[in-house]
Amino acid sequence: MKNLLQSFGIGFALLLEFALFAALSPHFFTADNLLNVTLQISITAIVAVGMTFVILTAGIDLSVGSLMAFVGVVSTSMLKLDLPLAFNFPFAILVGLLLGAASGMLAGSFVTRFSVTPFIVTLALMTIWRGLAFVYTEGRPIWELPEAFAVLGNGRTLGIPNPSIVMVVVFVVAYIVLSFTRFGRYVYAIGGNAEAARLAGIPVKRIVTQVYVISGALSAVSGILLASRMNSGQPNAGLMYELDVIAAVVVGGTSLFGGRGTVTGTFLGSMLIGVLRNGLNLLNVGSYVQQVIVGVVILLAVLLDQWKKR
Amino acid sequence: MIRTPLLGMRSITKHYPGVLALDGVHFDLSEAEIHALVGENGAGKSTLTKILAGAIQADAGSIEIDGIPIEIRTPADARRFGIGIIYQDFKLVPELTVAENMFLGDEARFSRGGFIRFSLMHREAKKVLSRLGEEIETGLPVKKLSVSQRQIVEIAKALCCQVRILAMDEPTASLTDHEVQNLFGVIRKLRSEGVGIIYISHRIEEIFEIADRVSVLRDGKMIQSCAIAEANSHDLVQWMVGRSVELKAHPQPSTEIDSSPRQEILRIENFRSELVHEVDLTLYRGEILGLAGLVGAGRTELARLIFGADRKASGKLLLDSQEVTVRSPRDAIKLGIGLLTEDRNLQGLVLQLSVAKNITLSSLAAISNGPFINRTKERNAVSEIVRQLRVKAPSMNTTVETLSGGNRQKVVLGRWLLTHCKVLIFDEPTAGIDIAVKQEIHGLIRRLAREGRGIIMISSDLPELLELSDRIAVMCGGRITGILPREDATQERVMRLATNYN
Repeated sequence: MKNLLQSFGIGFALLLEFALFAALSPHFFTADNLLNVTLQISITAIVAVGMTFVILTAGIDLSVGSLMAFVGVVSTSMLKLDLPLAFNFPFAILVGLLLGAASGMLAGSFVTRFSVTPFIVTLALMTIWRGLAFVYTEGRPIWELPEAFAVLGNGRTLGIPNPSIVMVVVFVVAYIVLSFTRFGRYVYAIGGNAEAARLAGIPVKRIVTQVYVISGALSAVSGILLASRMNSGQPNAGLMYELDVIAAVVVGGTSLFGGRGTVTGTFLGSMLIGVLRNGLNLLNVGSYVQQVIVGVVILLAVLLDQWKKR
Repeated sequence: MIRTPLLGMRSITKHYPGVLALDGVHFDLSEAEIHALVGENGAGKSTLTKILAGAIQADAGSIEIDGIPIEIRTPADARRFGIGIIYQDFKLVPELTVAENMFLGDEARFSRGGFIRFSLMHREAKKVLSRLGEEIETGLPVKKLSVSQRQIVEIAKALCCQVRILAMDEPTASLTDHEVQNLFGVIRKLRSEGVGIIYISHRIEEIFEIADRVSVLRDGKMIQSCAIAEANSHDLVQWMVGRSVELKAHPQPSTEIDSSPRQEILRIENFRSELVHEVDLTLYRGEILGLAGLVGAGRTELARLIFGADRKASGKLLLDSQEVTVRSPRDAIKLGIGLLTEDRNLQGLVLQLSVAKNITLSSLAAISNGPFINRTKERNAVSEIVRQLRVKAPSMNTTVETLSGGNRQKVVLGRWLLTHCKVLIFDEPTAGIDIAVKQEIHGLIRRLAREGRGIIMISSDLPELLELSDRIAVMCGGRITGILPREDATQERVMRLATNYN
């Protein structure tokens, strides 16, 4: 039993979930529903990729949810400018992405140059971006956006929801970067032993900053997708999302101490939580009870991972 | 008449997966005796001590105190029987005071109604310290004490539990000569009170100075046990190592006599930092420059300044007679300077990564196509290094965590070889490594020098320095007090320069 778990771990738990819900509900194991699951997890999963990079360096980014909202409102506000749509659209997205990257740059600089712990830096940014989102919109959502915008988050390409496609692309790129590039190798080394990495000539400060930039940029991507799905820029979007994101990363086997983990694991972690929520929905389990069950499963998944390591 | 020994350990056997750590070991300790326990790394000294301390259990054998068989199942049992252990890394809490540390776990003695009567605790603490002839302010937090003072506190802590048997593991590792003499005074005082002391150490001169008896462990077996008067250092080493080892007084030269003019490869001018004061040094191609000095003399600090690991306040660095700027290890590596740090585990290796990944860590640019690591190039480079250095590991993808100290050091060395550096600084390269691998590493260092590199070797092992160095620079108090060429270098001369207070 233990060997099985050691080889497949979370994947095995996921299969169990699949089997369970397929047995309990006829609607679960359909192409439509499964595509639905990928859509439902896409927003947090994209951010979770960025979070994986950050946590691999033994850092953390609590600002992702607030950043999603701030980027959402800023981008959507750009769409309301009196400019031709062909220009407006990419412009709005670009502004959003740059904003996300800038946030990451800021966080990274504070962590590396001023040696403030990531928890505090990103906690502060979390409050700041949330506050700015409300200030910027004066507390009101941004409505009446060009129709084309909603297609981004709600449309499908070749039958697959657009956000799911973005999610897959993000994961594939992240996988390639972490497994095959120098940058990826450096990320693992820094997480494993930052001082040894520095003495081995690795530009630790630069890489750590870049990792936060990645998190910020991916939060921006999700922020834009979320705004698109809601067809509005909401200052209270992404509330508490950081918790779901961190849960997905940790359940996926990434250690909060850094140096250990994979994006494949994060994907499985996101799926585990996503399938759980989807299945419970199909079984008409109330949302409050769902909350409790999800929390328990997260705890069990992490315990399993700890046991596996012994 | 044979008196019942204070402590008798009989036929102690301990297995670990794949290795027999102790094989039917007998060990006796009398009252009022200082008994030295010696042996190479891995001989079983720590294992034996841990069994005595109740930290681990023996698989077979018995322990008697005053002739009565006892069972030591936990450290608390050991304490109850009057056994005290002082480990190399002190188990003191830095933020708590001396008195609080001494009575850690035993506060109930001073409590009244749930509150601790600190005045009473301090009074008791002072009493114990004076027994040792020591005066340390009991209200000071331990973090403010020097290493030797902390050691005294550890001993005092053991005394608080009415200790009759005290085991000390490498007690003089971080002490100056003066502090060592102080410690010896304390140990002799304990002996005069009837305490039996087990003194574990590598340092042969000390053993002859302080011990009454000596026992030698080798590969888990007790090889020899006798009064100190009946042994000499040559025999001792032979028992420890198992073969006749020549203690070279004048080693053969490591490089052939080269009559061509020496080429300067590295020059340090006026290096200054908090712990290094105006150091000038020149290193030549093909030379092994030994760097000697006591702990705290500034050798590691100097090495780190050269490598860019720490910032210097001022100074010029010249590589091949060209001035260069080194502001970080990255700069140093680009220029071809490498540093094998003193602590290979904390500062050298990323333990969770594999052998291959650790070896290529500083040279990834050279084995990559753009941002992507070329796995084939990596594999080839690593297998070549593993072959050359004879790194013993199941595969290049095993994590370095599972490797022994000697092999870990080879991995670190492999990393620097791959960077094709011109200057290599070794900081205590063979610390904690057994003699066979030690000699392998010495051979590697010699070869690296022969190939034209400049080598700086920091070592606290004088015989090692004398054997390998072409010149020995001695540091004291952050300055270079002298440079001895090979022909003139002796242990006494080096020691004299190392303790020179100018």
